[in-house]
Amino acid sequence: MDVSLDLLMNAVISGLLLGGFYAAVSIGVAISFGMLDIVNIAHPAFILLGSYVAFIANTVLGIDPILAAVIVLPAFYVLGMAVYQVYYVAFERRDDQSLRGLSFFFGLLFIAEVGLILVFGVDYRSVNAPYIGPSLHLILFDLPWRLLVPFLVAMVMAVGLQLFLSRTFLGRAIQAVAQDQLALQLMAANPVKIKRIAFGLSIATASLAGACLIIIQPVEPSIGREYIGRIFAICVLGGLGSFPGMIIAAMTLGIVESITATFFGPSWAPAVAFGVLLITLAVRPSGIMGR
Amino acid sequence: MRGGPFILVLIAIAAAIFAFGRWLDNSYAFFVAYIVVQYIVLGTAWNILGGYTGYVNFGVTAFFAIGAYSSVVLHKLVPAMPLPAMIVVGGVMAGIVGVGTGYLTLRLRGVFFSIATLALAVVVQTLITNWDFVGGARGAYVLRPRTAPLIGGGYIEYLFLIMLGLCVIALATARAIERSSLGFGFAAIRDDEAAAEASGVPTLKLKLIATGLSGGFMGMAGAPLPFYVTYLDPSSGFSLNYAVNAIAMPLIGGTSSWLGPVVGAILVGGLQEYLRVTISSAVNVLVAGVLMVVFVIIAPQGIVGLFKRKR
Amino acid sequence: MTALLHVEGLGKRFGGFVALDGIDLEVQDGERLGLIGPNGSGKSTLVNCICGTLHNETGSVSFAGEKLDGLLAHERTRRGLGRSFQLPRPFASLSLVDNLRIPIIYAVNARSTGALSGAAIEARCLDVLSQVGLADKANRLPRDLTQIEMRKLELARAMASQPRVLIADEAMAGLSHGEVDEIIALLIRLNGQGVTVVMIEHIMRAVMEFSQRLAVLVAGKKIADGPPKDVVRDPEVVRAYLGE
Repeated sequence: MDVSLDLLMNAVISGLLLGGFYAAVSIGVAISFGMLDIVNIAHPAFILLGSYVAFIANTVLGIDPILAAVIVLPAFYVLGMAVYQVYYVAFERRDDQSLRGLSFFFGLLFIAEVGLILVFGVDYRSVNAPYIGPSLHLILFDLPWRLLVPFLVAMVMAVGLQLFLSRTFLGRAIQAVAQDQLALQLMAANPVKIKRIAFGLSIATASLAGACLIIIQPVEPSIGREYIGRIFAICVLGGLGSFPGMIIAAMTLGIVESITATFFGPSWAPAVAFGVLLITLAVRPSGIMGR
Repeated sequence: MRGGPFILVLIAIAAAIFAFGRWLDNSYAFFVAYIVVQYIVLGTAWNILGGYTGYVNFGVTAFFAIGAYSSVVLHKLVPAMPLPAMIVVGGVMAGIVGVGTGYLTLRLRGVFFSIATLALAVVVQTLITNWDFVGGARGAYVLRPRTAPLIGGGYIEYLFLIMLGLCVIALATARAIERSSLGFGFAAIRDDEAAAEASGVPTLKLKLIATGLSGGFMGMAGAPLPFYVTYLDPSSGFSLNYAVNAIAMPLIGGTSSWLGPVVGAILVGGLQEYLRVTISSAVNVLVAGVLMVVFVIIAPQGIVGLFKRKR
Repeated sequence: MTALLHVEGLGKRFGGFVALDGIDLEVQDGERLGLIGPNGSGKSTLVNCICGTLHNETGSVSFAGEKLDGLLAHERTRRGLGRSFQLPRPFASLSLVDNLRIPIIYAVNARSTGALSGAAIEARCLDVLSQVGLADKANRLPRDLTQIEMRKLELARAMASQPRVLIADEAMAGLSHGEVDEIIALLIRLNGQGVTVVMIEHIMRAVMEFSQRLAVLVAGKKIADGPPKDVVRDPEVVRAYLGE
């Protein structure tokens, strides 16, 4: 194993950029699981949906994938609200065992995967954009734009959401509903409506995350499953309910995966997330910055 | 009906089914029936942890594949090993992994266990895909013997008989649990774990028992698979279908009784085969997922539950 | 005489919030102890820490001379610590009889002394149910019960584990005058059979009638501990309830 400093540095840099992307992918779950306590394991399915929408827009209409994602953002938002409504009526309101809710999302994940296979087949799909290919040369490092663009998009999303949550009334209501539903009700805000909006936001982030995904790598329907482990590993490692924690965790995972892929081979990457998740659950389940 | 007579009735039914199959002398029938019975075992196994104890295991494929691949390994190392022995080994391996995963995650909230099982499936798949001895991503070929040992006839009949036997054991175990102290303990955990713990139930120990039994039976169900398909590769061995079916069938049939997974497997399995033959093999796969979502929303008690309420 | 239940320097925090701050409490064998305090003072947290449902960061709990630190809740129940939950938590899919079967199978039968057999378990369940007046609903499910009956079931389940100490956490909330009397009588009867009872309550009439000794918890600290008549006249206690 040739541990050259160059190789290591590059692995760390790509890991960092990848980590930024992983943050984009996990933001939605940081909201739905971290704040609303809804175990949406189908989140990768929505991300893939975003990827394929970007794919269609790009190949059929020639639109830039990120732009396409922004355009369909409202549609994803509405979709998120609809899914929450079903979830609320069927499970949350009945205060049913979490078994049913989990199975519901698992079913959605599965239906989405099979649906995508039926429509698009199992071939890998990718997009074309001027920034896929060239790299930014910064002094000592080569930063592929392919990784840099999603990283930037992710940062914008994260900062934007953090500002929204802390500065706007709606955002603070969402934080409140995460901590104390009753107090929120007493303040004359409807918790169900707030949660619905929050879940809608969560799915809306999937639209952008999906575009980022298909920029970074070609997609096919079954890769969603790899991301479940990554997403939840990141949310747990970062500490549920903490955005900054989630971002740090995402970077950490990105770097560890990148180093593993560089020195042990890329086929081991999916196992890294699980290892991280297990260790976190065993050692410090509340995560880095968990309450 | 007490435990002993119940097993005898099951054996009698199984024998009758097998005899009928022999009389039909239709290979296709055996192939389809094997799948349905395999799903009864998988569904029953899942239900012990899911329906009885309330912990959702999404990593069905991991345990199932551990059984399947341990057979591949054993077949390569000890070609003369009889299938029943491979089944035991597969079951034990899967059971150990189950208990191990459980030990690491069952002290936390149930959702963390479920997420861990999802991730477990990916990890086991990654490990196997990287393991050249079992063929890695290229897959492994397993030669199916031409004739069945002991009973003669096609090997598929032998596989079916073995699976029937496994099914009898699984159903008898599930029913025995239902009526025992263990079953009461599982139900208490499912209904309110903190109250169960405060009432003296050793919740972690019982959950580990459930996880071990559940994983073990899944491993046993997977052990004959290489001989059934003759070519085993990770993408088919780890197909999400196994997980969805194993969960959907008990949810649709009813999770509170041993009969639920049976009803679910026969109905859904039959429907899937019908759709596969009439429309396409891609659509039949969708059925289980759609039905599961529908039932989970509308009829959480499953079909058996619907009948129980009408009484 | 060493106390049956001995709580020493117990501390519990939730993040930055100090729920319990160095609680010292002794419960003598056979006594009737009342525990009162304003909402949020930490009474239920104290019960949870004593019984093992929550983990206390500092201090220790001893029962019958044995330190309970590190023992899980079910192990403490098996040693004779019983508790009822403030908000009833029945096993929703099991009949009332089966609800009581759980503590008998897992607490009583787990002890080295006299495990009960099948028929005896059934009889014991029905016996406890009739003690709380629920025998006629023995085969019903908890969802068929009224709120008041659920509270009785909650007490019955705690009693079924044959505890040496029973901590009743607000078992009488929302009950009518007559029903409160019923529960007081039940608990006094239990005490007469040798069970040490700790009653956590807001209903002052019940507490005064029942307790031989009264302890007061305010904002995570014990501010009073003594004969009920003296405690209710303690200026600090009066201030805590009536405000400055």
